[in-house]
Amino acid sequence: MTIASQSTREALVAVPVSPAPTAQRPPARRRRRLSQNRWGYAYVAPFFLVFGAFSLYPFVYTAWVSLHRTSLSDIDGGTWVGLENYRDLLQSEFFWNAARNTLTIGILATVPQLCMALGLAHLLNYKLRGRTFFRTLMLMPYATSIAAATLVFAQLFGRDYGLINTALEAVGLERIDWESGTWSSQFAIAVIVTWRWTGYNALIYLAAMQSIPGELYEAAEIDGASRWRQFLHVTVPSLRPTILFTIVVSTIGAVQLFGEPLLFAGNGTTSGGSSGQYQTLGLLMYQQGWSNFHIGQAATTAWAMFMIILLVVGLAAVIGRLRARADR
Amino acid sequence: MSLSGKSKAVSAAALAVVLTTAACGGSDADASDEPYDPDAPVTLTLGLFGTFDFDNAGLYEEYMELHPNVTIKQNNIAQSAPYYKSLQTRLAAGSGLDDIQGLEIGFIADVVTNHADAFVDFAAEENADELEGNFYDWKWGQASTQDGRVVGLGTDAGPEAMCFRKDMFEAAGLPTDRAELGELWSTWDEYLDVARQYDASPTKPANSSFVDSPASIFSASVYQGETAYNDEDGNPIPAESDGVESAWEYASQAAEEGLTANLSQFGDEWVAAFPNGAFATIACPAWMLGYISSQMGDDGAGLWDVAPLPGSSESAANWGGSWLGVPADGENVEAAKDLVEWLTAPEQQVKLFTRTGHFPSSPQAAEDPEVVGHVDEFFSGAPTGQIFGESAAAIKRTPIGPYDTQIQEAFTTALTDVASSGTDPDEAFQNALEASQQAIGR
Repeated sequence: MTIASQSTREALVAVPVSPAPTAQRPPARRRRRLSQNRWGYAYVAPFFLVFGAFSLYPFVYTAWVSLHRTSLSDIDGGTWVGLENYRDLLQSEFFWNAARNTLTIGILATVPQLCMALGLAHLLNYKLRGRTFFRTLMLMPYATSIAAATLVFAQLFGRDYGLINTALEAVGLERIDWESGTWSSQFAIAVIVTWRWTGYNALIYLAAMQSIPGELYEAAEIDGASRWRQFLHVTVPSLRPTILFTIVVSTIGAVQLFGEPLLFAGNGTTSGGSSGQYQTLGLLMYQQGWSNFHIGQAATTAWAMFMIILLVVGLAAVIGRLRARADR
Repeated sequence: MSLSGKSKAVSAAALAVVLTTAACGGSDADASDEPYDPDAPVTLTLGLFGTFDFDNAGLYEEYMELHPNVTIKQNNIAQSAPYYKSLQTRLAAGSGLDDIQGLEIGFIADVVTNHADAFVDFAAEENADELEGNFYDWKWGQASTQDGRVVGLGTDAGPEAMCFRKDMFEAAGLPTDRAELGELWSTWDEYLDVARQYDASPTKPANSSFVDSPASIFSASVYQGETAYNDEDGNPIPAESDGVESAWEYASQAAEEGLTANLSQFGDEWVAAFPNGAFATIACPAWMLGYISSQMGDDGAGLWDVAPLPGSSESAANWGGSWLGVPADGENVEAAKDLVEWLTAPEQQVKLFTRTGHFPSSPQAAEDPEVVGHVDEFFSGAPTGQIFGESAAAIKRTPIGPYDTQIQEAFTTALTDVASSGTDPDEAFQNALEASQQAIGR
């Protein structure tokens, strides 16, 4: 395994290896270590203070709020309801609708995105004229703000005056009411996500590809493998940990999908289409908290989203570890 | 005991100070201990949203000339929804509020029910009777709590009419005289008949619809019922309301029969549809005229006209309008109250209408000859002052509630669903009720 892929795997599986032996050390030594390392602790303290204030505290506070029935203008008040919000959420068809949409938009956006990124990275790995230019160009969408990109795409996908429908009509096809259909609207949103993130993932793949030793390709070439077979049997297996990493990151992004469906509606509504056909979990949370002002419900949805992400990351870690064991 | 007697005494004194100040803040007097000096230099901030147009009508300048000691600053947010979100968090935190806050019909009921104590009670003022007399009873009533507190004074109102494209009506062979149309569609059923006639006309402009959206019909007619979304006590009852029932009846017919352009109001496509002539009518509260003229541009002058709203002989409707409230714990409460009373006084409401088109919420202002005689050249010289004045005078007080905005959105999105996906109206109605219930919570 190459160094780059090794480190991504370790980052992924994130098992704390080093602290284990510390436990067995005698307390006196530990105290000495503590005082010896006090500058080290001082240096990391700012991060943990900021982390505590802006991540840990909101995190715990959200959990606390999720156990209350309360409104946005009275967050600290409200009545204690225990796990009732969670029960209601699981029984709410709005939650399951949003979960379904998040899943389908997630698949529609992530799968083509990562495939295209892999192909792009492969192409850019060749010695091309103006390679730096293409690499920079590829990252441009990532540097665009979600709001700007979505507003432009929403106009492109417009029903009456959108460029895409004008083009469809010009070649003799029917106009599509992108926003009102279930699949068409989810497809349109997936296009925005894909447009924005493909270059970013391609760059990660490209970095990993460049650390694949050239000998592997030489050996494959001697064995008479075509470019395509080299891609399939040398590049992809070497990238496996990186691919797993990008899948995890994209999945987290997909679960949190919010800005695109909110702005795609074009008039600030948070219902995610006339029949909620593209309401995602993130948008549902926003609707509950900031349109309907039930902040307890919103906190519950936020925690449900967190659980889903934990599940996905945990699954990826298990798969990563199983693969690593199989490789050994 | 490590705490010394001295430090105890100090903390007791500090506590006493805090308590006295709190007591002062709680009473109707200014938060500071000094008596109110109307000539002391003071800077007043107004937190507003959208276009109140006090600045464009030159009212701030006028006030500052009258009161050289007062400096006025305005913090404006474009849309009312984000404005209200930040107002709520500031109310929750009890800080960051401006001296004067704008309140909109979409959330005044929430303020009235849940935050009345945070605002100065205008019904407790010495001149309360005079103030009350300045406003339509429904306008005053919408800002009143059950026990008679009044959280703000009215600025503009949204009496409704029906705007129509004269050129498109003419092309479709329909009458174009506003009075004649008012009689032709004296009820919503008749309005729908005219819509069918337009739709069937072979000479109407291609790809045009009669009305912009089913929401236009729904939002205008829902307030013509005895009740809209709430019962007398402000509890949401969308399933039992006669206003909702009949509004749904009309709007879902239009949606089902394809009589609307099915645009979502205030969305990009809706905005683009104005200059493109995609629809021939739109229900227009007074404030919508500004919207129409700015979307149409100067080329659109004389294309639109204003007729009475269908069903207006039976019952008029109000959509929109705002108030100004004074947070009770502010530093300049007395000076802020003076400014609010001045800005919302009938004389200023007249100026606001003639200069920037915001229709008064004060009958004295609405009956002022300057308002009654006002004609709008952009809208083919329609006597808007008179049309909206008649509408405003006929509005009755429909109870409003804290979830009106969300419930209205639930119904209008369900209507969009009927029009775009052909969902059965009964099923869509159930969906709307469920979405309302989700918004109301328990």
